Amino acid sequence: MVKLVLRDQEFEVRPGMTMLDALKKNDILLESVLCTRDGELIAEDEILKDGDVIKLIAVISGG
Amino acid sequence: MKCRTCGQKAVVNMRQHKLALCKEHYLEWIPEQTRRFIEKYKMFTREEKVLVAVSGGKDSLSLWDILQRLGYQADGLYICLGIDEDLSYSSESQRLAGKFAAEHGLKLHIVDIQKEYGATIPQFNLKSHRGRGKPCSVCGLVKRHVMNHIARDFGYDVLATGHNLDDEAAVLFGNTLTWSGEYLLRQGPVLLGTPGLARKVKPLCRIYEREMLAYALLRGIEYIYDECPFSVGSTSIYYKQLLNKLESDRPGAKLSFYLSFLEARKSGLFAEREEIQAELHPCPNCGQPTSAPGLCSFCRMMSR
Repeated sequence: MVKLVLRDQEFEVRPGMTMLDALKKNDILLESVLCTRDGELIAEDEILKDGDVIKLIAVISGG
Repeated sequence: MKCRTCGQKAVVNMRQHKLALCKEHYLEWIPEQTRRFIEKYKMFTREEKVLVAVSGGKDSLSLWDILQRLGYQADGLYICLGIDEDLSYSSESQRLAGKFAAEHGLKLHIVDIQKEYGATIPQFNLKSHRGRGKPCSVCGLVKRHVMNHIARDFGYDVLATGHNLDDEAAVLFGNTLTWSGEYLLRQGPVLLGTPGLARKVKPLCRIYEREMLAYALLRGIEYIYDECPFSVGSTSIYYKQLLNKLESDRPGAKLSFYLSFLEARKSGLFAEREEIQAELHPCPNCGQPTSAPGLCSFCRMMSR
C-alpha cells in the first residue's frame, strides 16, 4: 500500500495510481498541497509504488 | 511530465501557465518572474534601499532570498509579536529569520513589541476593542506602524512584503463580497509612499502560494511550517480554500481574478487615488499619516 501523510492525518491508497488520483480519492485538492517522497518534490503524474510514503506539505499558511 | 526547458523530469507543474519545470529551471524561473514584476510595476531599482518584512514564513524568507540573488539592496525586518503561549510561534519564527540572515550575511532589524511598547500582541488585544476578540486586527495595526517607523527612521526607500497571489486574491475576494471601495482602491502591487509613509510593494503578488512553497522547499529554506495559532479558522484561510476549489476546476481562475481587478482599477472602474490622499493628516504623536484628525489608531491604542 501507499501511505499519504498530511500533518497528523494519514491516508492509504493502492499502488499503481497517479499522485493526482491518490489525492482525489481522499478529497485533497492538488492546489492545497505539495507532494514529496524521500524529501524530494514529485509532480502529480508520478505513479505511486507499493511501500511509498508520500509526505504532503500544506500550502496555505496564515499569520 | 517533462521540464519545458530541458526535457528532464519535472517536479513542479503550473497548470495556470501550462508550464512544468525541473528543479534547476524552476529555481531560475521564480526569481526571473519576480524581477519581471518588480520592473513591470516599477516597484524599486537596484539603487534603492529595500526593507523586507520577514516573518520566518516561506513567502517572506523566499522573497528575501530572491531579492539578494537578483542583486537588490535588501535588509530584513523581523517584528517579534510575543505569540508564544501554546507553541513557541514567535520564538521559532525569530530563530529561523535570524538563521537565514546569518547564513546569507544579511542585515536583520529585530523589533520586540514587548520590549519596545510594553506588551505582546495577545496583551494588546486584551486592551483593545478591535477585532472581536481575535488579535489579528491589532497585530496588523502594530506591524504596519512598526514597519513604517523602521523604514522611515533607517532611510529605506521602500518596504517589501511577501504577499503572494493567494493572499491578494483572498483579500480581493473578501473586499469584493462586501464592496469595500476604499480597500479595493488601495489594493495593488505598489502602494505609493506619501510624506511619512514608506512606499509598500509586493513583488510576489502574481506568484501562487503553492509555487512559493515549492521555491522554499527546492531552495532548502528552513521556514516556520506551523500557522500562527490565531489564524486557525480565519476568514482569509477560508477564502483561500474556496479559491483553491475554484482553481482546481478552472486552472488560472485565481490569477485571472486578480489581474482583471488590476486592469479594471487601471481603466478607472474605481475612484482616483488622489481623493483619499487628500484626507490624510499627520498624527500629532508619531507623525505617521492617519485618515482622521488627531491621534492615529496605533497611538490611540497605546494611550489606553
